Amino acid sequence: MSNTSYQAVIARKPEIIKKATNIDYAAFESGEIGFDYERMMSQVAYSLNKIRQIQQETGVGNTPLLELKNITALARQLAGPGKGARIFIKDEACNPSGSFKARRASVSVYHAKQHGYKGVVAATSGNFGAAIASQAAMRGLKSIIVQEVFDSRGIGQPEILEKGRACEAYGAEVIQMTVGPELFYQFLLVLEQTGYFNASLYTPFSICGIETLGTEIAEQTLLATGRKPDAVVVTHAGGGNVTGTARGLQRAGCESTQIVAASVDLKGLHMASDIDFNRKSFTTGHTGFGMPFATSPDRADVPRNAARPLRYMDRYVTITQGEVFYVTEMLAMLEGLERGPAGNTSLTAAFVMAQHMECDEVIVVQETEYTGAGKHPSPQLSFAKKNGIEVRRGNPIENVPGKAIIIPEHPGQINIKDINLDRVRQSYLRNALGSVGTGALHPQDIEFLAAETRLEAAIVEKKVREIQENL
Amino acid sequence: MSQAQKGDWVQIYQVILPVGERAPQVPAETAGVPLEMWVKGFLEEEQAQVGTDVTIRSLAGRLLQGQLVAIKPDYEVNYGFPQPELLTIGVELRAILEGNGNV
Repeated sequence: MSNTSYQAVIARKPEIIKKATNIDYAAFESGEIGFDYERMMSQVAYSLNKIRQIQQETGVGNTPLLELKNITALARQLAGPGKGARIFIKDEACNPSGSFKARRASVSVYHAKQHGYKGVVAATSGNFGAAIASQAAMRGLKSIIVQEVFDSRGIGQPEILEKGRACEAYGAEVIQMTVGPELFYQFLLVLEQTGYFNASLYTPFSICGIETLGTEIAEQTLLATGRKPDAVVVTHAGGGNVTGTARGLQRAGCESTQIVAASVDLKGLHMASDIDFNRKSFTTGHTGFGMPFATSPDRADVPRNAARPLRYMDRYVTITQGEVFYVTEMLAMLEGLERGPAGNTSLTAAFVMAQHMECDEVIVVQETEYTGAGKHPSPQLSFAKKNGIEVRRGNPIENVPGKAIIIPEHPGQINIKDINLDRVRQSYLRNALGSVGTGALHPQDIEFLAAETRLEAAIVEKKVREIQENL
Repeated sequence: MSQAQKGDWVQIYQVILPVGERAPQVPAETAGVPLEMWVKGFLEEEQAQVGTDVTIRSLAGRLLQGQLVAIKPDYEVNYGFPQPELLTIGVELRAILEGNGNV
């Protein structure tokens, strides 16, 4: 039996991951840090037609695009004359496991089955767990989900407890852990012991599964309004949602559609902190994942992440927890749709953006997610209060992540904050150069960094020189 | 109830990394506590007391060992308490939409 100590298992990571994903990532790498992302996507992922067929087999996708007429009317009341875009929402809660994650899971589980794996494993505290378990149930594979759930007092985050329950409902073995990045050690151990497929959120299979969401938005928006969406707002955490949706929109010819990433602002809360863990009222769609995955995408559980959000976002905005709870209530009360709350992060941003767009323009909120016990504003706020967080009505500018959740007193108080993408790109470049130090880069490295940051090669070269001179 | 029978749905517990063996990058408050794990499944032993080491068969069919900590564990999640901070939002928004609110 092999050594199962922490150090020994982490040291075996490359071989464990290779066996469990069956992708030769090195074949797409060149230079010092260069990596041919598009070639990996075209050679490893499936074609759009094949993805549609895979998803049709398990009832994934083709969710309704709903016009939020009352919320649009409200936004127009708050907006200046002639302003107030039509707001639509893609009701992804209608997927088999209640979220868009079914799209990502569908292709991964299909691929695992085709390649003879007996089961799938995923490390996720989010909706992806239930999606994997649901798709695995349909295709007759075993599933194991590794979740970060409890703090050291044994107190579980309500939203994650509910997601764990959902995984069990679909027949998954759920491994519940306390806070810490060493969850990855347990994940590797499970992969090694079972020989199951690594249904990572970040493989080309997972990302290509989201492309149908982009193409459906393009087709349905055109059908409903006679135009392509002017903006699509995407809740951003690990980057797959932004990447896959944008790729799908591009495939459908929506090159001029603005891609807006939106995250809940959790600045100041440490993601690996035992204390901060239960001071968050959102467990995903927040800056604690959104920023690191934008500036350092290859931090994932595969060597090269197929989710590369910085390549696709035209704008990155944040909103507060209290604003999203308010808008979740707005969606239920004005539109009769009880959804979210985490999925409503993008709706909150869209509600503000619509007020600055023209009346004849169209903004699409790209997902909803199911709601339920634990995963709903009232249990989240009950839990927050129990953990000493102040919850009150007021102006959201008084929000302090981990300390005060401010529910707006009026819809006009909801606002978005823009994150400076130039600074995000600068952080990305600093991180990317981390392993190179002051070493020379090859032309393919510069080409790669230019594609990653959407900057001209000459500008990348200049920035790289500046960073290296300061090392 | 502190005694489980074979086939009961139970929960086991294990310390994965004790204090002192946590990863170097974790913050102090996390390094100061162990990394713990819980898994649920069907009890394999004929009988077992809470607190003893047991084997379970998980929903994925794996045999796993750990300390028996709960029999038919509660899911815990519920809808909490109605939140006064949320309860009036619908009425307020309707009033604005109908022109009776403060825009």
